[in-house]
Amino acid sequence: MAEYLPLYVQAFWLTLRIGVVGILGSILIGLIVAMVVHFKVPVLKQIAGAYVELFRNTPLLIQLFFMYFALPRIGVPITAEACGMLGLALLGGAYMAESFRSGLEAVETIQFESALALGMTRAQLMRHVVLPQAVTLSIQSFVANIIFLLKETSVFSAISLMDLMFVAKDLIGLYYKTTECLVLLVIFYLIMILPVSILGTYIERRLRHGSFGPAGA
Amino acid sequence: MAEGELHIEHLHKAYGDHVVLDDINLVVQPGEVVVVIGPSGCGKSTMLRCINGLEQIQGGRILLDGEVVDGTSKDIASLRAKLGMVFQSYELFPHKTVLENVTLAPIVVQKRPKEEVEAEAMALLERVGLAERAKDFPRQLSGGQKQRVAIARALAMKPEILLLDEITAALDPEMVHEVLDVILGLVREGKTMIIVTHEMSFARAVADRIIFIDEGAIVEEAAPADFFDHPATERAQKFLRTFEYEK
Repeated sequence: MAEYLPLYVQAFWLTLRIGVVGILGSILIGLIVAMVVHFKVPVLKQIAGAYVELFRNTPLLIQLFFMYFALPRIGVPITAEACGMLGLALLGGAYMAESFRSGLEAVETIQFESALALGMTRAQLMRHVVLPQAVTLSIQSFVANIIFLLKETSVFSAISLMDLMFVAKDLIGLYYKTTECLVLLVIFYLIMILPVSILGTYIERRLRHGSFGPAGA
Repeated sequence: MAEGELHIEHLHKAYGDHVVLDDINLVVQPGEVVVVIGPSGCGKSTMLRCINGLEQIQGGRILLDGEVVDGTSKDIASLRAKLGMVFQSYELFPHKTVLENVTLAPIVVQKRPKEEVEAEAMALLERVGLAERAKDFPRQLSGGQKQRVAIARALAMKPEILLLDEITAALDPEMVHEVLDVILGLVREGKTMIIVTHEMSFARAVADRIIFIDEGAIVEEAAPADFFDHPATERAQKFLRTFEYEK
């Protein structure tokens, strides 16, 4: 089994790299979409709504196929790796948008007003008052989204990315060591996701029971 | 118009067909303490919210230092910075420490240096008796303490006028005093204030002028002694009787 390890390690870093970039992208998209929806920006709001529904209600595999095979046809060259990152960012963006939006809704209107009363502009109050609270309030679904997105990376092999799943299937095909290869696959995914899960639980506790958190919590 | 003078002219505020404030006229001079009283729902809190542009107005105008204040003013943020407001429910920022609550707006809005703002904020917290709680978070404080921090936060912007919206209404009775003592100190210093309150004895003690509002209009305007001892209108008499008890 030891001879497979370097292949797994290589695939692990590829999967992690796509996962991290995709998730950072999804956070950015999620924040923008959540604000567009929350502040009912005309026109953009409809587009954002359609985007969320489209990407939340279709499988990642199909989204990836569309991007990987259809984009080059309309003249947009895209590598498999970029495609993976983009696909994860777009899928994740739709989920992140929903959790940030619920966080924004949970920040009370009068918090906006008290920041306005201090002379803050909309941009200042979003950055210093509302968003930090909204993110805190949505931390639970935020962590769940990150875990979900890391798990979704297992479909990347379908667009010929040599990720963990690809290596496992390849080795099974070559050597018929099905059990060993799958066990290694599980172990590598655990190495990737368990720390996120543990850290997430820790942060959640800190926010809920620690020295800060929403008023009256 | 003098620096720090507030003019309210023919203020009209309505939600659809429902008129909340009708033809309100009021001039507040620098250094003056105006106390606004009236039955619940009479429009007194709405008036304060109109003054710093948190509510859109449908008619009339509000001027501070000769500049129009309303939700549509382009420069509303810098005008609001001149009007400190303290809310009934404190509304401290829960993710910031007591000190950060006080320093946030001077640093972010006025772009003043952090060290200078922090020194001033500590002096303000000292003054409201909470310097030793500077590193705590709002949720660790009692209601009265939170409200004192909220007052310090408003003062940190060095506002020309302080608007106090029923700042003791959500407090337990034993905490009302600690908050009102802070306000009393500001009155002695000559801070310009518009105070909406239900604390009648406090109103009488601090006001230069009492404004009695009922059903969206100013019904009576008088010196506190005159108003409380000899209310001129029947509506004011009726309102003041609700604070009396006879066996």
